[in-house]
Amino acid sequence: MNSQTTPAIELRATSKAFRTPSGRLHTAVRDLDLTVRRGEFVAVVGPTGCGKSTTLTLVSGLEEPTEGEVLVAGEPVRGIGDKVGFVFQQDAVFPWRTVLSNVMAGPRFRGVPKAEARERAREWLDRVGLGSFQDRYPHQLSGGQRKRVALAATFVNDPELLLMDEPFSALDVQTRALMSDQLLELWAGTGASVVFVTHDLEESIALADKVVVMTAGPATVKEVFAIDLPRPRKVEEVRLEPRFVEIYRELWSSLGEEVRITRERGAADVA
Amino acid sequence: MSPETIAAPAAAEEHKSPGTERTQARERAARNRRLLVYSTRVVLFVAVVGLWEVLARTAVIDPFNFSMPSKIWDQIRQWALNGTPQGPLWEQIWYTLYEALLGWVLGVFGGVVLGIALGRIRFLADVVGPYIKVLNALPRIVLAPIFLIWFGLGPASKVASAVVLVFFPVFFNAFQGAREVDRNLVDNSRILGASNRQVTLHVVIPSATSWIFTSLHVSFGFALIGAIVGEYIGATKGLGLLVSASQGTFNAAGVYAAMVILAVVALLAEGLLAFLEKRLFRWKPVESGTAR
Repeated sequence: MNSQTTPAIELRATSKAFRTPSGRLHTAVRDLDLTVRRGEFVAVVGPTGCGKSTTLTLVSGLEEPTEGEVLVAGEPVRGIGDKVGFVFQQDAVFPWRTVLSNVMAGPRFRGVPKAEARERAREWLDRVGLGSFQDRYPHQLSGGQRKRVALAATFVNDPELLLMDEPFSALDVQTRALMSDQLLELWAGTGASVVFVTHDLEESIALADKVVVMTAGPATVKEVFAIDLPRPRKVEEVRLEPRFVEIYRELWSSLGEEVRITRERGAADVA
Repeated sequence: MSPETIAAPAAAEEHKSPGTERTQARERAARNRRLLVYSTRVVLFVAVVGLWEVLARTAVIDPFNFSMPSKIWDQIRQWALNGTPQGPLWEQIWYTLYEALLGWVLGVFGGVVLGIALGRIRFLADVVGPYIKVLNALPRIVLAPIFLIWFGLGPASKVASAVVLVFFPVFFNAFQGAREVDRNLVDNSRILGASNRQVTLHVVIPSATSWIFTSLHVSFGFALIGAIVGEYIGATKGLGLLVSASQGTFNAAGVYAAMVILAVVALLAEGLLAFLEKRLFRWKPVESGTAR
């Protein structure tokens, strides 16, 4: 029963510092407390370079915290868990593999027999609408299509925890809206918990159950907003609802201040 | 057929014609340009070879030292038909090619394996790194006489000099390739569940191949140099031996003839490599400006 009640992710007073190339210590995340419940979709917004991505790498196990604890499903993170999916900001598909082979990569790495991996990969490719593109190489696809390959490659592993680091930021506005809808559809069936880092407020409200606003770096949680818009949502429609606009205004007044701080700091650095 | 049906396609064609005319004109211009390039190439070749021939025949340059194209051609023909003093010509070519090829394969294999291993295992790179730098700084061609002492007059000493020449460029490229793998790809594959070994096999090696391949082109040339120099210093067979034997009998035409044969062999090998590369890199986008 315990496994049902423990939160999917818990960060307790977590800090992460890096050694910069010039030898100084740069604190990316400081005293971060954050809880993500099971099946919850949490969006994280914050000013540029505040340490949002670092938070994700801590949860994924790619990096270890300098201080504090990171718990996934009640267990401290040690290395990369097999229940984690990660969608990166940049293209992270293998350019020398075909689309199908890219999606098969995860199951194959995890020792799933070839035939079964192929079948599961085909299924997810169909679901993201790339069924007829399975023999193409990534360079033959558009940016949006490559992103969908990345989504399929992530979902095929049945992650319980989905970490997304500004996954759609490189796409144009229309494609981004389509991808957001598709993500909601794919996610709806899985019951996975999602942490979605973005600096697009509209995107965060349209997608999430909860939006976490981070302070200017080093990142800590500034405020948490519950998004009480009903599901299922369509990104383009939900955007027009009065409640959406209301939330947007509240969020922006909270985030705007941090953005200003970051910008003033940037100006000071330049001066 | 009614007149309208005949008229319709005619009208369509008329409508299309200005465009197609322009395309045709462009194609013609491109064809003419290609023709011009090829013909100028031929003219240049004929001019240089002809000038050489004329100057040598009129004794402006000493034909004994500089030989002349017709004599070189005669020499090649004579070697091909009657064999060289060291045995049939194809046997000399085969020996050199065999030594170069074997040295190349061994050198490439060693370079790739060690390069990737050092690129992946930091500890190893830190320990062995300085030694490799020292060995690389050494002009490795001076090792050829030592190899001759160690391995004798047979092919082994030539293979060894080819190996040391080939190893380093391949090693450094493989090392660099393994180091410069896209962090994102490595992170992504680890998230997808890849073990360290799988990261090496499925991410590091494929992304290092384009680095390695650039070095393969250069290094085959090096392998030939290694084999030839080895033969030149002391051998019982091979094109390098032909060079040194011709030199020993003051036969300038023989030296040139061996050079021509070598150039042809090297070009053929290069062509084969380019063909292989094309097959292996199907996943790569066709880049503009890489027309070879």
